[in-house]
Amino acid sequence: MSINATLIGQMIWFAIFIWITMKFIWPPLQKAMADRQQQIADGLAAAERGKHDLELAAKRSAEALREAKDRANVIAAEADKQARRTIEEAKEAAKLEAEKVYNAKLAELEQEAERARSALRERVAELAVAGAEKILRREVNASAHADMLAALKQEL
Amino acid sequence: MSAAHGEPLTATSYIHHHLTNLAVGSGFWTFHLDTLIVSGAVGLLVFGSLAVIAGRATSGVPKGWQNFFEMVLGFVNQQVKDTYHGNNPLIAPLAITIFVWVFSMNAMDLIPVDFLPWATQQATGNEHLPFKFVPTTDPNLTFAMSITVFLIMMFLNFKVKGFGAFMHEVFAVPFGLKLAPINFLFRVIEDIAKPISLSLRLFGNMYAGEMVFILIGLLGIWQLPLALPWELFHILIITLQAFVFMMLTIVYMSMASESH
Repeated sequence: MSINATLIGQMIWFAIFIWITMKFIWPPLQKAMADRQQQIADGLAAAERGKHDLELAAKRSAEALREAKDRANVIAAEADKQARRTIEEAKEAAKLEAEKVYNAKLAELEQEAERARSALRERVAELAVAGAEKILRREVNASAHADMLAALKQEL
Repeated sequence: MSAAHGEPLTATSYIHHHLTNLAVGSGFWTFHLDTLIVSGAVGLLVFGSLAVIAGRATSGVPKGWQNFFEMVLGFVNQQVKDTYHGNNPLIAPLAITIFVWVFSMNAMDLIPVDFLPWATQQATGNEHLPFKFVPTTDPNLTFAMSITVFLIMMFLNFKVKGFGAFMHEVFAVPFGLKLAPINFLFRVIEDIAKPISLSLRLFGNMYAGEMVFILIGLLGIWQLPLALPWELFHILIITLQAFVFMMLTIVYMSMASESH
């Protein structure tokens, strides 16, 4: 147990092992660890970004949904109004039409009635004339009293 | 206990045998072959495997050994980051080398104290061959490491602070320039104490732990209930000593790189 040249040999061994560690062990291992750290950091960042994107998309979809609902409501209201207006218009038109038809029918009926009345009047006149003729046949010359007959007919 | 032929085995010879290094050469030029071989083999095995694992490391999901070593080296690197505020590419590999190597060498202590010497004796056919299997119980190794750390520390002192600033720190801190010799003396003591305490702490702990294993080994049948608790406790010590050596190294490097 004494200090001797073994010391020098051991220093050489030590230097060799430091050199091996410095050259072949620590740099590649450190690089692998640093790379992994980078990969994990990237992965976490990507996950964070994905989550953020998802949130954004959810928000956007909710907004779109709300907008669509709003628009649908507006459209529905408008359609309602339109329908009401259309019905109103239709009603109005129908009323007018009905009135028109009624008036036309009324006029027609009146005309008909008038025609019937005039026909009736003619018929009565004819009957009266015929009756008068029968009465007067014997004493009245038809041709001589035609004027009078026509005036009578007119009067009836 | 390995029984030696011819002579009766005494407790003294058993302990002596276990604490003798396999040495070649003489005087200063003595080489402890066991320390050199075991520390080198352990280091080559561990750092070789680490290099292979690191070469195959993927940035995908880490599996098996890569996962384990990423955890260990990441832990060491975290200590470096917390303590050393510079940006020096040498510090983290230095701390990793110290932690992994010292831990692996200390872990040789967990192999039963008689097994590897017995195996070596069987393999070489030499019944008296001494072979210490825990390199960190050799002060040559701990001093080699702490002196290397000291040299790197001095290099950083000059490189990061610059010659002028470092000299000013040596001669003017903590009492000002008027007491320059005292400051210098303080500084020398402080800096010399660093490698000495660093190496002696590791050596002392491991040597004492090994010694307790040897003493337990002397107890015959009673070693069975005692070896296990000490072994379990020793797991804590070997990790702690590796950590302390690494941590203090980082602190010294940090002190060398930051001006007061």
